[in-house]
Amino acid sequence: MTAFGKLVRTTAFRLTLVYLFLFALFAASLLGYFAWNTRRMITEQISTTVNAETGELSEIFGRRGLRGLVGNIENRALRPGANLYLLTTPNGQAVAGNVGSLAPGVMGTIGWSETAYRRLDDQDNTDHRALVLVTQLSSGFRLLIGRDLEERRRLFGIVAKAAQWSILVVVVLGIGGGIFVARRVLRRIDAMTGTTQRIMAGDLSGRLPVGRSGDELDRLAGNLNAMLERIEALMTGLKEVSDNIAHDLKTPLTRLRNRAEEALAKSATEGEYRAALERTIEESDGLIRTFNALLMIARAESGQARGNMDDFDAAEVANGIHELYEPLAEDGGMSLRVKTAPVPVHGNRELISQALANLVENAIKYGKPVPPAQPQGAVISLDAKQILIEARRDGNQVLLSVTDHGPGIPETDRRHAVERFVRLEASRTQPGSGLGLSLASAVATLHGGELRLGDANPGLTATLAIPALKGVSDRLAAQTQDVPQKVA
Amino acid sequence: MTATAPDMRLLIIEDDRESADYLVKAFREVGHIADLAGDGEEGLSLAQSGDYDVLVVDRMLPKRDGLSLIGVLREKGNRTPVLILSALGQVDDRIKGLRAGGDDYLPKPYAFAELLARVEVLSRRHGGPAEETTYRVGDLELDRLSHRVARGKDELTLQPREFRLLEYLMKHAGQVVTRTMLLENVWDYHFDPQTNVIDVHISRLRSKIDKGFERPLLHTIRGAGYMIRDGIR
Repeated sequence: MTAFGKLVRTTAFRLTLVYLFLFALFAASLLGYFAWNTRRMITEQISTTVNAETGELSEIFGRRGLRGLVGNIENRALRPGANLYLLTTPNGQAVAGNVGSLAPGVMGTIGWSETAYRRLDDQDNTDHRALVLVTQLSSGFRLLIGRDLEERRRLFGIVAKAAQWSILVVVVLGIGGGIFVARRVLRRIDAMTGTTQRIMAGDLSGRLPVGRSGDELDRLAGNLNAMLERIEALMTGLKEVSDNIAHDLKTPLTRLRNRAEEALAKSATEGEYRAALERTIEESDGLIRTFNALLMIARAESGQARGNMDDFDAAEVANGIHELYEPLAEDGGMSLRVKTAPVPVHGNRELISQALANLVENAIKYGKPVPPAQPQGAVISLDAKQILIEARRDGNQVLLSVTDHGPGIPETDRRHAVERFVRLEASRTQPGSGLGLSLASAVATLHGGELRLGDANPGLTATLAIPALKGVSDRLAAQTQDVPQKVA
Repeated sequence: MTATAPDMRLLIIEDDRESADYLVKAFREVGHIADLAGDGEEGLSLAQSGDYDVLVVDRMLPKRDGLSLIGVLREKGNRTPVLILSALGQVDDRIKGLRAGGDDYLPKPYAFAELLARVEVLSRRHGGPAEETTYRVGDLELDRLSHRVARGKDELTLQPREFRLLEYLMKHAGQVVTRTMLLENVWDYHFDPQTNVIDVHISRLRSKIDKGFERPLLHTIRGAGYMIRDGIR
């Protein structure tokens, strides 16, 4: 496409053309209206004076007869810049007046007509036009009184010329302005197109130029840049995740393969084969679990699980998880307690249950109290072995928290702990995939909330903070005051 | 392994030849009769003509997908229990499958023991007697209306959840129930706990119903799950 063709195709240029056409139409109709009205006014003025003069002369004719009329006409005809006068006999012969010639037949029609004429005293041989009134006097005489139309014609000429010029100026200025605006816009769009092409080619760090005017193009560029920022962050995240997945799935897969190979090479008895196969199945079950957890996280993070949400009481989830894990905690020498108030939320019950279950499993696994440095007389109090599940409301949020009194997580490690496959030093000896907190965090994010890790002095408080169900907040606030907190 | 239920006639509708052959062989080994269909259309016509106890349907099939197949069957009044196998294992996929008319949903990859246990439970449900108000296994008796549990002359005190756990086990007495089945049916959770949380509940229940009695009733089936049954196998 040529540069001009591109220019003509721009929206700015096309809009200019449309405006131009509309403006010219408007100017033309304005001038037309003005001209038409002026013409009407002039015509009206002429007919009023001519009518009056006709009346005057008819009266003179009636009072002083033909002779008086002729004299009066001759008098009037001699005045400078005067009107047209002509008096004819019944057989058409001119008796008095200043008209040299007329278009044929004018004197034959009584009433108003427009005609070309020549004055008797005209030096130039040019025709003029006039508006004339022919009246029939008694005894067959006819009287013509008229006004020259030169004035009207000139006025018309001026208007026409004004129209021509103004339209010309409008068109020239309009097209010029259109080209100017279109070229400016085109230059900026071209710059943006160039950048986007570079970005599409793989350079994700590229950003669109943003001007200082804050106009719509700048806003668009700003928004596109924000979008690119997000895409870049997502891409980086995706790469990190796939690296992690590759690493953490490859390690057990390698182990699996090595075991199978070893069993094939070294096993002699059926029992040995059996043991190797059992280990293989165990290992693949672990892999499947890891894979499921990863899929679940991906699903929660991509927001797909949003379709499966309803309203429910998060306290029921807390009580349910307490009920499920209480014996396990007791087996591990801990005690699991729950404290709830009614806290309605809108969400995916299954995912929230699983997130809370992960937090409780972590607390049971890692939340054992640290033995004091001096062993003598050191009895770990019952309280220190307690894990507390809590469901409560805090302002607009519902907090589902699990508190243990174990070693906790140092503040510097907390952010890190939520990442996928991260297993803090202390936990490496325990079985687990390192995905529990990641899933809890992804579930919280899916519900528009967050996972908070805090200090329980000593110990860890892991809290799923999600928005409370809107609309029931007031009713709920009233309710929580009446209902005593349930402690199990 | 656990050919405890009477022989069943199964139809397996699965397009992956290798896993289909494996299933047919495995079911035959435990004494069931298994037919095979390789695509949705063939599966539909076989399911309509044959008299099967349970259908095992893969969700993604050539020619006609699993959910639509189940839909057609149910529309025509065929109530044969269906277990859906699917690589899509998420909660909402399960709900979609059950809503389409499936009776159970097992995500791939699965353990055969899990599939077998579920199929046997489904089959019992299909042809079994109406829900009884009292379950009996040996001298253990559970009254579902009064929530009374007794072993011999001894009245047993169970927590509500222990009662529901025992109720589910006794409803399927003589059949293997897996840990996931218990988690799904007794607790209504569909996730996979990383810990042996169910085992702890079972051992508590066991200490209440079996401790101090000569004949244990609640058995652990290695590599599969649990079974309540009178006598040692």
